[in-house]
Amino acid sequence: MARNNEIPEVNAGSMADIAFLLLIFFLVTATIQTDMGLDRKLPSKEPAPPATFKERNVFRIVLNKNDELMVEGNLMSIKNLRSAAIAFLDNGGFDQNMEGHCSYCKGAMDPEASDNPEKAIISLNSDREATYGMYVMVQNELTAAYNELRNREAQRLFQRDYVEMEKEYFAPETPAQDKIELKERITEIRNLFPMKLSEAETKQIQ
Amino acid sequence: MGKVRKSKNRVPAISTASLPDIVFMLLFFFMTVTTIKDSPLLVENELPLADQIKKLEKKDRVIEIYVGKPAQEYTKVLGSEPKIQLDQKLAYVEDVAPYVLAELAKKPDAIRNLVTVSLKVDKNVGVGIVQDIKEELRKVNLLKVNYTTYDGNALAQMK
Repeated sequence: MARNNEIPEVNAGSMADIAFLLLIFFLVTATIQTDMGLDRKLPSKEPAPPATFKERNVFRIVLNKNDELMVEGNLMSIKNLRSAAIAFLDNGGFDQNMEGHCSYCKGAMDPEASDNPEKAIISLNSDREATYGMYVMVQNELTAAYNELRNREAQRLFQRDYVEMEKEYFAPETPAQDKIELKERITEIRNLFPMKLSEAETKQIQ
Repeated sequence: MGKVRKSKNRVPAISTASLPDIVFMLLFFFMTVTTIKDSPLLVENELPLADQIKKLEKKDRVIEIYVGKPAQEYTKVLGSEPKIQLDQKLAYVEDVAPYVLAELAKKPDAIRNLVTVSLKVDKNVGVGIVQDIKEELRKVNLLKVNYTTYDGNALAQMK
């Protein structure tokens, strides 16, 4: 009888089953990572000299325990918060001849709103009972307002979005040389619209 | 080429030889984009939505604090007041500062001042407890915080 000298092939038919088993195991034990969020820097505990500012440079937001917003003394829906914040920051209240005039602002030059984005402060006061979801929503809208203005300036100066530049700066694959230039640009934009968000009790100075 | 093949009437079976490859591809995809749950959650943790978010860079530079109402199975024992979860156990506000310092001490020197505290807070919790935690963090001079959220537009989902 002739012998079959070929090595028999391993049957790979059950390989799919094994792989499926592994796949299902990973699906069950794993969660998709949520490592995204809003970055904030808390104020230092070190005593700082009391800052003086004019009332019109402060944008007051109060969040009460029923999750209602009061902005500059009026009830406001969260949907309008972004545009209100932009209008306040971009106001540029000083006119051309005055010192501290904001040359890049495109706002309404309302004497009741901020003089200059560099001086504008947003004060957020929230009740302890207000829900965190609403609080984050407010923070998100304020970030959006800053990002929108910063994007506009970045487009004007460097023909690209600020948010995109920031993303590239933080990406690990960006070469170090590019980062130096990016950092300069980001700092420049940040200086045009510095984020001054205060959650402390702000006192009015006459 | 002129020669007509005798057609067989049987439909050939579809080859499943590449099925393992496809499944392995899926498997590797899931292995890379997910992380294995490292600590069981003792609190409810439905994060709020936000869309102006930044990615937290490296996992080793993050200290996580969970806040939320106790999970369903613990409500009988723990009540329904929001609780703080540090590592694997529930804690009080006063424990936050020592815990964070202990975690910080475990990190290598070089990255200590780059550490961010990720606040994973349930969206139905009051702001008060978050303010208390932030106050504790300020006491130990850890000022970089991240309000961790899901990616999404919260405004669009509001009624």
